[in-house]
Amino acid sequence: MSKTLFNSGHTACAGCGQSMAARLVVDAAGPNTIVVNNTGCLEVFSTKYPESSWGVPWIHSLFENGAAVASGVESAIKYLGKADTINVIAQGGDGGTADIGLQALSGMLERGHNILYVCFDNEAYENTGIQRSGLTPYGANTTTTPPGAGAKSMGNIRYKKPMPEIANAHGIPYVATASAGFPQDLQRKVKKAISIKGPKYIQVHSPCPLGWRHETSFTIEVAKLAVETGLYPLIEYEFGMISSRRQIIPKPVEEYLKVQGRFKHLFKLPEEIKKIQEIADNNIKKYGLKVEG
Amino acid sequence: MFGPLICKPGASRSNKTGPWRTEFRPKFLKKNCIACNMCLIVCPEACISSQPLALSDGKGALSGQGKNTYDFDPDYCKGCGICAAVCPKQDIEMIKEDPALQKG
Repeated sequence: MSKTLFNSGHTACAGCGQSMAARLVVDAAGPNTIVVNNTGCLEVFSTKYPESSWGVPWIHSLFENGAAVASGVESAIKYLGKADTINVIAQGGDGGTADIGLQALSGMLERGHNILYVCFDNEAYENTGIQRSGLTPYGANTTTTPPGAGAKSMGNIRYKKPMPEIANAHGIPYVATASAGFPQDLQRKVKKAISIKGPKYIQVHSPCPLGWRHETSFTIEVAKLAVETGLYPLIEYEFGMISSRRQIIPKPVEEYLKVQGRFKHLFKLPEEIKKIQEIADNNIKKYGLKVEG
Repeated sequence: MFGPLICKPGASRSNKTGPWRTEFRPKFLKKNCIACNMCLIVCPEACISSQPLALSDGKGALSGQGKNTYDFDPDYCKGCGICAAVCPKQDIEMIKEDPALQKG
């Protein structure tokens, strides 16, 4: 058994991208870490009472206040004079970050607490039965945005909320997007974030075989395709400016869509796929993702 | 506070998830392994290990030490097949699960 701070025996689904990403994050942060969790898949499957998968101090309060509780934890360790030796990580799913917990997160970023906030973005409320969240991408089939007859309903009609840009707009020292498909890149970003003082935000694209309806073994492949098509650009911002980006040779978005059941209905609606291609093209242009020459 | 509200770190290890495997289990062929460490990194269950290296320092992957020593823990593997999908040498195979071998 390998040495890890996120142990086996949790009750995540087979092939869960979030459990993989959560382990990579906490292992990169190391044992001198306090983790604060929003409600979500991760909280539920990692702490089935009376067990815990975590090898570090871990606390859960409510769906919306992970960032606020972490602010209190950070203030307390500062008062105790241990701020330099203990990292505080607040983490949540996409719903707990972009919808329900946005206010607490914004407060945390604005007050300048020395906390790393990690959002595990699996693009819906997967734990409660795949309801749409603010980070669900355009066109996805969820239980609250089901595709229907013809063009009357085509899945999620709203675009993904630009969370990294919202976090970046607070003028914080470090914002990054990462992906479970690029584990070394993810761990590098976590280590870099922890070395910086002040509020940090990392959003990790974490495939969900249950909600995205792909094969459990495709988890890494799906996450990679999202990056390689331009739909999930991997970017780092430092003090508001883009400091690095992962450049790609863009693939057509169909390659990403066709392996997932949640986009299956779109293949009868080619104009919607065109719109998704436009989203990818815009990302590629906006962030300069295309490999030059 | 009353009662043991705080559990031990990593107590979830008492919860054996091996019987979750319904169709397939990985088989580590241990022939062409280059000790790249990818299967170990990506396993959502953290149930892959290698011998006799210290895994946390990552040096094994660079020096190629620990080749063909990677294996999985049938007590926790849920049979997702990600390890077989990422193996660059196709040295991991998914084989039909044998109910007689299933532990947990």
